[in-house]
Amino acid sequence: MEITGAEALLESLKKEGVEIIFGYPGGQVLPLYDALYSEKDIKHILVRHEQGAAHAADGYARATGKVGVCLATSGPGATNLVTGIANAYMDSIPMVAITGQVPTMLLGRDSFQEADVVGITMPITKHNFLIKKIEDLPRIVKEAFYIAKSGRPGPVSIDIPKDIFTGKLKFSYPEKVEIPSYKPNLKGHPKQISLAAKAIAQSKKPVLYVGGGVISAEASAELKQLAEKCGIPVTVTMMGLGAFPDSNKLALGMLGMHGTASANYAVTDCDLLIAVGARFDDRVTGHIPRFAPHAQIIHIDIDPAEIGKNVRVDIPIVGNVRSVLKELLEKLGPKENHKDWIEQIEEWKRKYPLSYKKDGLKPQFVIEEFCALTRDRETIIVTEVGQNQMWTAQFYKFEKPRTWISSGGLGTMGFGLPAANGAQFGRPDAIVADFAGDGSIQMNIQELTTAVNNRLPIKIFVLDNSYLGMVRQWQELIYQHHYSHTDLANNPDLVKIAEAYGCAAKRVEKPEEVRAALEWSLTIKDRPCLIDFVIAREENVFPFVPPGQAINEMILD
Amino acid sequence: MKHTISVIVENKPGVLSRVAGLFARRGFNIESLAVGVTDDPSVSRMTIVAEGDERDLEQITKQLHKLIDTLKVFDIPRELSAERELALIKVAVNEKNRGEITQIVEIFRARIIDVAEDSMTVEITGEESKVEGIIKLLRRFGIKEMVRGGKIALQRGGAE
Repeated sequence: MEITGAEALLESLKKEGVEIIFGYPGGQVLPLYDALYSEKDIKHILVRHEQGAAHAADGYARATGKVGVCLATSGPGATNLVTGIANAYMDSIPMVAITGQVPTMLLGRDSFQEADVVGITMPITKHNFLIKKIEDLPRIVKEAFYIAKSGRPGPVSIDIPKDIFTGKLKFSYPEKVEIPSYKPNLKGHPKQISLAAKAIAQSKKPVLYVGGGVISAEASAELKQLAEKCGIPVTVTMMGLGAFPDSNKLALGMLGMHGTASANYAVTDCDLLIAVGARFDDRVTGHIPRFAPHAQIIHIDIDPAEIGKNVRVDIPIVGNVRSVLKELLEKLGPKENHKDWIEQIEEWKRKYPLSYKKDGLKPQFVIEEFCALTRDRETIIVTEVGQNQMWTAQFYKFEKPRTWISSGGLGTMGFGLPAANGAQFGRPDAIVADFAGDGSIQMNIQELTTAVNNRLPIKIFVLDNSYLGMVRQWQELIYQHHYSHTDLANNPDLVKIAEAYGCAAKRVEKPEEVRAALEWSLTIKDRPCLIDFVIAREENVFPFVPPGQAINEMILD
Repeated sequence: MKHTISVIVENKPGVLSRVAGLFARRGFNIESLAVGVTDDPSVSRMTIVAEGDERDLEQITKQLHKLIDTLKVFDIPRELSAERELALIKVAVNEKNRGEITQIVEIFRARIIDVAEDSMTVEITGEESKVEGIIKLLRRFGIKEMVRGGKIALQRGGAE
């Protein structure tokens, strides 16, 4: 029996196990929306801006580990997805972005709502496709999902002209993927793993430096085994938060620009740095020649192009992080404890804890209170980008993978709210909270409608200093207090806005009101809730490694 | 340092733009690029000459390999490289210098592929230095037009 391309697309998505897609209709996807009209197995969530669709798919993928799917029409619909696709690309998030395109006979003629989506998304996707023949559709969808989730995950875009949706084909879905030019290397080289085991055995002051790769490879258990078996302290990147429990004795917290002093000192002083699923980002390394200057470096990563990209590596191991850690564990001898090193680290931790002055309503206090409240409950913390993000990364304590969702590499303001929506769809029973700034919450505030219409009980905690706080902080510390265009004192009333959208909302101005307000937010189960915390305006994020400095040269307060 | 990189890719639309875009985006300069289909019509071979140190070369090789359509990437070391360039040079001629030009062409084992009253087109194939050499000698007669193809290269001897 023949079916239309639109129906074939939906059938293909079902074969891939897709349960939900985030999208926004338009001219060139009309035939697909017509097929969605009677579709029962795939839930379509109508967002209010395509960027919200991409971030929601991204948040869904991060919360569940599945491939997120977003959908937009051609031209402006597709270009509105671009920021969200780039965001997923930088953080290696599996996503398939489907866009409508003008009919094949109108391609390349500057037709109405035509944009070269393959060209535009080339540098921000792992791979992309334009379907020009209807019979290629099932194979391309199969390949797109395979590419998105295998190896180093990432977004894949599929551009589909309108006449492909309306054309007919005899549908059969391929069982297997055959891409001769794409064979991700999953198993680490045994000789390299042996070298790493030897280096670990000989090391006196080792540190594990752990990134988002451990989360995407589901390797937290193996990581913990390695750390505990060999007595190795663990620092995580922002993307790696949750990969190792913050409550563990060996946890150093985050490293880098806003990392803990103990993590930055440990990395600077260590004799062996074991990088696992991390990519030596400039926010982590600071001044590269003075990054881990005494250390031999082991780098375990699925992507060979990451090895040696930013820093010299002594023992590279290319492979799936989980598989490599398993094999490494087998090759490691009896327990080491590195007593002197651990003691030194304990001393740093005691001497330089994360701290803040408790005068007035402080953002860190709000986060600590929420952390205490939700300690024993399944909670997913999402953030926007800026100070809100860094305070949350520092002061919320993460115990499990996929409980922290934040825009790392791209640093996308406006990511948090739609990502929280996506996360709540993926994990309906978890508490999902978005810590936001007053600047970034306004960048995709239309997504409150998506949350309200779907009765999502997400919590939005605006740490409201009426500034673009992180930029203001840099202006204060580096640009002689020139607060150029960062003062948002003329913000609209966020409580009224939230209420107008149909959220529960309130404002909190005193520290003593914080606990009750947070408890109140947890009682709201049938709609989103926004609390506008009016925080100390010029509170800064510390520690802070000024750009160009070594990471042990922090401004501590 | 100059490197000659061979990139074996799926012969699909858009592959050239993926490769060229990658060079631009990662800040590597392409000095020359030649593409053509291989013995297998579903596979193309690109020969790219690019400037950079060893680290640049390693990074660009890995990034090229990461492209989904790339089958194989390898650097051809200069000492193992059998390489050729092709150029067509249209030289201004008159009654007096026609003989001299023809002599140069013979010495270089180049060929004259078009003759007109006031010009001749010379075809030269060879290593870069040979092509540069004839261009240098012909320049004083006046080069009206010239086109050079990108370098192509294979590794000498058995399999690569």
